[in-house]
This record gives sequence, structure tokens and C-alpha cells, in this order.
Amino acid sequence: MSEIELNLQTEQEKGLQSLAAINSLPELEVWKQSFLGKSSLVMTTFGKMGSFSKEERPLVGKAVNAVKVAFEAAFASKEEVLKRDALLQSMESEKLDVSLPGRAARRGRLHPINLSLREIYRIFGDMGFQVYSSPEVETDDMNFTYLNIPPYHPSRDMWDTFYTEDENVLLRTHTSPGQVRSMREYYPNPVRVILPGACMRYEQLDQSHEIEFMQFELLVVDKGITFADLKGTIEDFTKRMFGPGADTRFRPSHFPFTEPSAELDMACVFCGGSGCGVCHGTGWIELGGCGMVHPRVLQYGGYDPEVYSGFAAGVGIDRTTLLRYHIDDIRYLRNNDIRFLEQF
Amino acid sequence: MKAPLSWIKDYVDLDGKTVEEIGQALTMTGLEVEEILLVGLEKPAGQRLQNKYSGLSWDREKFVVAEVLEVNQHPNADKLTLCQLNDGKEIKTVLTGAPNLYPFIGKGKLEPTIKVAYAKEGAQLYDGHQPGLVLTKLKKVTIRGVESSSMIASEKELGISEEHDGVIFLDDDAPVGMPLADYMGDAVFDVKILPNMARDASIIGIARELAAAYGLELKEPQGLPLKTGGAIEDYVGLEIRDPELNTRFMLGMVKNVCAKPSPYWVRRRLVLAGMRPIDALVDATNYTMLETGQPLHAFDYDVLRKRANGKPTIITRRAEEGEKLTTLDDHQLTLSSETELVTDTAGPLSLAGVMGGQESGISAESTQVLLEAAAWNFINIRKTGSRYRINSEASYRFSRDVHPALTEQALGLCLCRMREWAGGEVVEGVIDQYPLRREDPVNTLTEADIERSLGLRIDLKEAKAILERLGFSCQLEGEILSAKTPANRTDIETGIIGKANLIEEVSRIYGFERIPTRRLTGELPPQLGVKQVEFEEQVRDIMVSLGMQDTLAYRQTSIEREAKLLPECKADETLRYVKIANPISPERTVMRRSTLATMLELLERNGRLAEGLALFEIGPVFLPVEGQLLPDEPKRLAIGLWGAKYLSAWSENQNRTVDFYDLKGVLEGLMQGLHLQNVEYRPLGDHPTFHPGKAAGIYAGETLLGVMGEIHPLIRQNYDFPEGAILAAEIYLDQLMPLVEKGFQVRSISTFPTMVEDIALIVDENVPASQVEALIRKAGGKLLVGVRLFDLFRSEKLGQGKKSLAYQLTYQAFDRTLSVADAAAIRKKIVKLLGFELGAVLRDS
Repeated sequence: MSEIELNLQTEQEKGLQSLAAINSLPELEVWKQSFLGKSSLVMTTFGKMGSFSKEERPLVGKAVNAVKVAFEAAFASKEEVLKRDALLQSMESEKLDVSLPGRAARRGRLHPINLSLREIYRIFGDMGFQVYSSPEVETDDMNFTYLNIPPYHPSRDMWDTFYTEDENVLLRTHTSPGQVRSMREYYPNPVRVILPGACMRYEQLDQSHEIEFMQFELLVVDKGITFADLKGTIEDFTKRMFGPGADTRFRPSHFPFTEPSAELDMACVFCGGSGCGVCHGTGWIELGGCGMVHPRVLQYGGYDPEVYSGFAAGVGIDRTTLLRYHIDDIRYLRNNDIRFLEQF
Repeated sequence: MKAPLSWIKDYVDLDGKTVEEIGQALTMTGLEVEEILLVGLEKPAGQRLQNKYSGLSWDREKFVVAEVLEVNQHPNADKLTLCQLNDGKEIKTVLTGAPNLYPFIGKGKLEPTIKVAYAKEGAQLYDGHQPGLVLTKLKKVTIRGVESSSMIASEKELGISEEHDGVIFLDDDAPVGMPLADYMGDAVFDVKILPNMARDASIIGIARELAAAYGLELKEPQGLPLKTGGAIEDYVGLEIRDPELNTRFMLGMVKNVCAKPSPYWVRRRLVLAGMRPIDALVDATNYTMLETGQPLHAFDYDVLRKRANGKPTIITRRAEEGEKLTTLDDHQLTLSSETELVTDTAGPLSLAGVMGGQESGISAESTQVLLEAAAWNFINIRKTGSRYRINSEASYRFSRDVHPALTEQALGLCLCRMREWAGGEVVEGVIDQYPLRREDPVNTLTEADIERSLGLRIDLKEAKAILERLGFSCQLEGEILSAKTPANRTDIETGIIGKANLIEEVSRIYGFERIPTRRLTGELPPQLGVKQVEFEEQVRDIMVSLGMQDTLAYRQTSIEREAKLLPECKADETLRYVKIANPISPERTVMRRSTLATMLELLERNGRLAEGLALFEIGPVFLPVEGQLLPDEPKRLAIGLWGAKYLSAWSENQNRTVDFYDLKGVLEGLMQGLHLQNVEYRPLGDHPTFHPGKAAGIYAGETLLGVMGEIHPLIRQNYDFPEGAILAAEIYLDQLMPLVEKGFQVRSISTFPTMVEDIALIVDENVPASQVEALIRKAGGKLLVGVRLFDLFRSEKLGQGKKSLAYQLTYQAFDRTLSVADAAAIRKKIVKLLGFELGAVLRDS
């Protein structure tokens, strides 16, 4: 073995040994310069190949090439290891505090009243009810007379009414005028409608009274409609809207446009019926009024009360919303305080 | 109607029934008990109570009936007395300051003794010296050297009334030593009387409902038997001029009465029922009214005699326009010819059925009483009450239609009471004119009728029993029940309505809880749907998806509030409003015409509560239309933006505030969501509400869909807005809706690669970007699939009045991969067309 071959062998041992000790990419770069750079033994040996004798040349060539291949392979694998280590290390420093808050996306929301209304539509839609809307500024006839509340009748006292400066025009006090309007549109077909909308009453604004509020009315007119249908429909609704514990009670009452009439009470959702401040200890909460459509109202709607019968119910959407979200003051609903609305 | 239990029990035997049960029984037959006021009786214990309670219970050990034997002066205090008192067990000395005991000081042993309500040490009662109801417990105290641990109670201390001027003097027959709660403990049911229940605005009426609910007998009280004619005709005459308004009029008379106080039990019942005791005469009329539901009026006969200068004649008639009357409560009224009056030959005496006149009413000096029991047209009474703004106990009842038959019962009872409580003699006979006799309807009912309404068969025998308990006279012939309406109610009609009335009566006593529940079956109606509502919900969903907050505004506003949208808040006189005749406040006098105004108010209210606001509202405006009774109520969408575009976060501060283009982005999002093409935004110019350079009208063709922009700096000053631009829009949903189609066409997506390049064009400043884009698209043709403006640039280098618009263009074909040459060709066309149309030149990059 020639001297040069011996030197190369020593170089290889030295090189691989020092490579093994390296554990950073900059050191690796220095190593590369030393053992594979221009002035390295391997590269200079290639450079002076011509100076070797004809016999020596293939032997030296083979030897130097072997060292180069060994160096390159060792370098590559070392580099891969170091790069992987470096990546893992850098990720270590990228660790996030996952408990920091996220950047808020701006979420749009429905007003709680419309949220309730959507659910009411869905429930009654399932039962085959169609929405029907009618004017908020109404005629005296539609709001009262056609509902069997003639002028100067004592039952007019049941509603504190806003009148307009136009005679016979008022702000509707309930959604019930939609009863006669929808009957006249559906006649002579059966009617199964839900009449939602804003109503206005002359009330002093307080925790539980509003001058404007949302209500929905149910109206079903057909042959053979009975109080039993009314009870079944309402019970299905309250249980879907408020949960299986929402028992209902039908309490005799009087509305001029229904006969018989009932107040609709629901077991208090706050205390489960055991009595609390919301239900004044009674266990019941008034949800609305209902009954069998008065024969005179059927007549005003065009239906013969000897042949047809129907039921109607009116429920406050504001009230429903207050109960669903445990809101203790009705004024929140129209104050539109962003701090309130953003909770939905 | 406040009904004391002790009084109800005069007419129906409720022994063994608790207050709680009775309250529930009333509520479940349709007479809702709003509250039960305990006046001495114990509050039902334990189980869940379905009634609402208030009031005071009297401990049976600590409150007893006692008698004052002797009243002496307190040795060290002028205003205090020391009473010798027997509480049934022992004789005690009790300290009191009651002024009504002063007259007995130093009178020695009293004969008879004074019966009082005595509260012993430890008794819980209301503090008489504090306003309102403050509970206190009797403790041993020493007042000016005299020890005291018990007291003689006033009505206030016992929770009977507000009266604290003296202690209660019980009736002489009160048994000494008896627990006070047993002697006069009571519970007052506050019953909600619905408009069809005139008959129940009375203790007998309420007792009748309870009797029906429990299947018990109703014991109606017997008054004096009445005989028409007789001696009374020598004292007074009667003439009814308008039987339509005055269907019946009865008169009775009592002589030689004395207006002394009524017995204590009468006064206590009146107080508990909500009326003020006056004297035996007035109390007798009020007591009988509360008892029967028939209002009565007592005249001072001597006054009438004087006015007539001899035998008076009572005339009921309409007022002459402008006639005057001073009422009992000292109001001088100028009367309208619609008003029914009770008069004599000298003029008006009282507002019929509403309120007595001052001159002819009875007073403490009256000794001869003429007693009126009459029936009036309820609609006329209601008009009179509202015309003169008088709401009396009489008009409350008469305006609900009192049955004329009640006059007999009430007159007989009241004469009896006057004689009993005020002494005197009843003049023989009564005067009774009943020109318009009320026919009580007879209705028939079958089991099928009941089933058709209730979905439940009720045996006619059971229906008959229920109706009879309510006073109907019934006959069951085969399968038909006929029921004659009792002569105490006026709410039963005839025919199909009469049937419905009877079914209501049967079902409410039978119990709604016994009616089964059923799901609706049967044919569904034609599917009409309401396009407006569906569209409104579609728009609402899109707005929410764009990150907007839904709100709900009041419809009622004022012209002044809407005028804030205009310079100097000067209202536009040409706008017609729906005006409210009886507004609740000066801020809410009309129905709104603008959702923009309500939106700006919402922005104003919330301006300091958030860093940014993005609100919308969908609701109607109210636009009166000439020749149309009701206004149009088109739906509007209002949008309001203010403040930070992005919500701030801990990591960075994106504090850009919103401007015109953020609002436009929301509107574009809406239009995209509705799949509306070809919506244009044109400068709005001189709109009074918006900034002249930062506002647009939104158009589809020539249809104005709405307005949008930044609020005019001068209009801003009309509001208390926070810093920063206020952006708002109002969209006319009724204009928008017809343009929106149910479906839309989806574009296919090419599988070939796209080619993207940028192009920057210099154009005159006044060329709208929309025009540049439209021309690019036109020149680019089918292969140009995307045009996106990514930079707007102005500089001195470009020159005055010039701007550079940089677009990213995307080319793509459906059938091949485009080459560089294809792109170059399109680009060339674009540059050429824009150069030709707008004088645009390529900007050197």
C-alpha cells in the first residue's frame, strides 16, 4: 500500500470519527469543508491525479473515490439526523398556550323573539299549520266587532287599545283579527293557520307589561273540530316547546270570540310546579287564551256554524321567550341592549 | 270583586271546605281568584298551594274578644287611657291611646261594656303607627310608668283596613273570651269578573257558582215582600220617558230613619269588600248592591218634596243638551243629550245608573228615604261613564248588563236593612214600572250538540243537573234538553249561539280536565303559504350568516324622532303618518315611516357598549295611502354599522373601523345570497340623511331597492353617536322580493388549469370602477372567468385626476389548457377596448 493510500485510509478514519462527534448543522458544515471541501485531502488528491504513475493512478483513484463515497453517505445520514433533531427542537419552542382565547369570529344572531318564532313555526309546521299574516294597523271591525265585540260592549274593556286619529282604525290589540281575514281567504276550504305578529296595548311599561309585544294565534276550522283537538294540539306544542314536563291546564274563562273559552296554564318551568316567585307560588303560569270559535265569528268568516266548528288559541311570544330563557324583565326584548342580545 | 268568605257562607254551606279548596273551585269554574287576603283565618299549611295569599292570621290564643269594663285616665299622660278589661279569663289593665275611648273616661263601670278585639303579649300584628303593612310582635313595654304588654286593636293592626283612628267596637253580642279568628276571622277572595259575568259581580252570584261547583243548595236571602201600589203612591209619582234606556224602575220608601252607624259586622264586610262604610242608610244600599249585584240609589225625600213643592214625580229621560248636574263627588257636569237621567219636575237628580246628584242624595240629616232600584241600557251607561270619566260601583255593574229582575230582590232586601239598621218604618207598597220586559231565552241541547263542540259525550241528565244548579229551568224530553235562562243573567243568547253558551256552562262546571285530548286529523287546507314571511326569513338568515345581529324595534315613534334624519330636525310636512289618538307618551305618537330612524336610535343607544356594532332589523313601516282606510305596511330591512371592523384580540390590534365599503360588502353578501345579478350602486347625491359623497342608491334596472351610505356629518349631530363613521342602509323588501327567484343556475367547473395574471390600468378619476370591470369582462369574453380588483392607486406620477386600478384576471377554458398566447390575445383585447372606451392606458409595472 502506497503512502497516499495509507494517508487516505487514515483520513477516512479521522473523518468518520470526527463526524460521529458532531451534533449541530453549523459544525457539520465545517466538517464538510474540512473533509469534502476544495482543500480537503480527498479533493486535493483528485486534483493531483495526474501526478501519479500509470500503475498507481487506478489504485489511488479507487481509494480516494471510496473515501469520498463513504464521506458523502455519512454526511447525508448525519445531516438528516441533525435536521430532524433541529426540527423537533424548533417545534419544542413553538409550543402554544392552548388556553389563550381564540380570535373571535363575528357571529350573527337572531333576536330571541325571532328565535322563539322559528321554533314555533317549525312545531306547528309539522302539524300542518300555515303562516298567515295580517295588518298591524287594523279596522275596529276586524279587531273587535267581527270577533263578537261590538262597539261599547263591556268586553272591550279587556283590551287597552291605542286608537288612531282615523275613525275606526286602531293598532291591533291581538292577532285575532287574522282569524276573520284568514277564514275569508280560505273559505270554503278547511283552515289551519298560525297568525304571528306584533300587537299593541295601552299599558304602563313595567317588568311584565309592554306596549308592543308579539303574539301568535292558532285557528283551525273544519267539520268536526272539537275542544279535544284543541287540547291535543296545545299539549303537543307546549311539550315540544318547553319539554316533557310542561303539563297544561285548561281553565274556564271568557273571551268574546270563543265559546267555550279557556285560559291556558302551563306547569311552571322554573320550579317544576312546586311553587316559586315566578308563578307566585301557584305552580302554574298563564300562557294564553283559547277556546272553540264563537258561532258569530265563524259567520263573519263566512262559515256556517251549524256545519263547521273550529278552535282558536292565542299565545304570547314575548312570554314564551321570557320563560324559555328565564328572562325576568320583558323590557329587555325591545331595548336591544347589545349585552343582552349577544347572549343568544 | 272582593268577596269575604263569611259573607259567601250566608248563602251556601261551605263548612268543611278549606279556603284553598274554595279558591281553587272558583278558579276552575271560570272565576279566577287573583289573590286570597287572609283577615284572621289561618293560612293553609303544608302541601303545594295553588292560590296566592296575603294578609294576616290571628293566633287563636293571642287574639280574643274582650270587654272593656271601665276607662280611666293614664296618671302621667293626657292622651292615654287605662282600660279595665275582661278577656274571658281574667281582668287586666290595658293601656291605650285610642281617641274613641276618651268619651268613656271617668264614666265608672260601663253598662253595657264595650266589646273589643284584644291582642295579648306575643301577638303578631301590623304596626298601627307605621305606614303600610309592617309586622310587629307585642312585647312588654313601660309607657310613662305604666307597664303594658297587650293592646286593644284597631282595624289596621288586624289587617282589616287602613283605619287607625280608634279601636274597633265590636257588636254587643260578641262573646267574651272567644278567639277572635273564630268570631270574625275571614278570607277575602279577589275574584276576576269577566265581562260576561255581570251576575257574578255580587256575593250571591259567587255563592251560586260555588253551589253549582259543589252541588250544594243556594240559599237566597228573603227581603221584604213587595206589593205594587199602595200608600207609596201618595208620596211619589213615576214616569219613564224612554223604555229603551230605562227598562224598569222601582221605588220604595222608608220614613223616620236615623243615619246612625251600621252594626260592626256590616261595616267590616263592606270594608273587606272594598267599600267605605258611611252610615246605616248608605251602607244598606251598598251592602245590598254587593250582595245582589243590583245597584241602588237613595234620595232624600224631603229634598224632592221641597223641589216639587208638594208630591214629587220622578221622571227618567235623556238630558237636554247643556243641562247641568252636580254629582255626589262634587263635579259639575254639562250634560249631553245622549245621557240618561233621573229627574224630577225641577230638573236633573242623578246620572242614571252611574252617580247620584249632590242635592238630592241622602245625608246625615235625612229622615225620609226614597229608594230607587232600576234597570238601564248597558251601552248607554257605558257611554255615560266614559263621557264623564266616572267609574262607580254602580256603573261598573250596569255597564255589564244587570238583569231587570234583580230590582225586586234588591229593593226588598234593602228596605229590610234600612228598617233594621237605621230604624224607621217602610211605607206600604212599591212603585214598579217595567215597560220593556226582558224575555229570558229558552235553548235546546242534545248530546250530539255537546259532542260536536267538546269531542265528548255528556249524559243529558248530567247536563241538566249542572244547568239547574246554575239556576236554569230545564226539561228533558227524549233526547232534547231545553233550558230556560234564569232571571239573573244576561249573557245567554238564542239559536246556535245559545247552544254554544249552554255548552260553555255545562263544560266549565263538568270540568275541562275531563275532556279527552286528540291530535288533528282531516284534510289539510290548500297550501297558500305567505311569500312575504318566507322571504323575510330568508333575508334574516342571510343577514345572520353575514355576522349581523338581529334586533326588534318599536313601531311607535314620534314625528320629531323621525325628523332627526333631516337637516335641523325639521320634519317634512308633506309626510302623512298614522297618528295615535291616545299616545302613551310624547315619544310615541305615530307609527313609524322609517326603519332607518329606529336603527340610528339603536346605534346611538349601544354606541358606548361595544367596540363595534353590526345590527339589522326587519319590520314594517306604516304609510298612509290617500283613499285607503288602512295604511300600507311594507317590510323594510334596516342595517347599521359602526366602529371596529374586527373584534380586538390579545395577539394583535386590528383596529380598522368600518367605512362605506364594509356596508357595501354586507349588501353585496345579501344580494349574492339572494342570487340577484345586476344590482347597481349609483351615487345618491343630495339625500338629506347621507354624506353626499359616500352614499348610494341600490338599483335593479330602474327600480330603487334601497339607500345606503355614511350618515351626513350634520345629521350625526342630531344624535349622541360615539366617534367614527355611522353607516346605515334601508332596503325595501317589497321591491326586492319580486326579483328573487326560487331557484338559480349553478356554473359548471372546468377541469382544465387556470391561468392568472395581473393588469393595472390608468383611468380618469371620475370613471366608476364598475364601468372598468364591465368593459374588462366584455372584452375578455368567455375565457375570462375571474376579475378581481386588488389595488387602487393614486400618485403624482400618475398625474392629477388619474387613478390606477389593478386587477387580477383569471383565464380558463372548458376544452383545453390555455396557452400564453391565448392569454396575451385576451389581454390585448382588453387593453384595446378600455383604451378606446375610457382612454385607459396600461401602467408600467
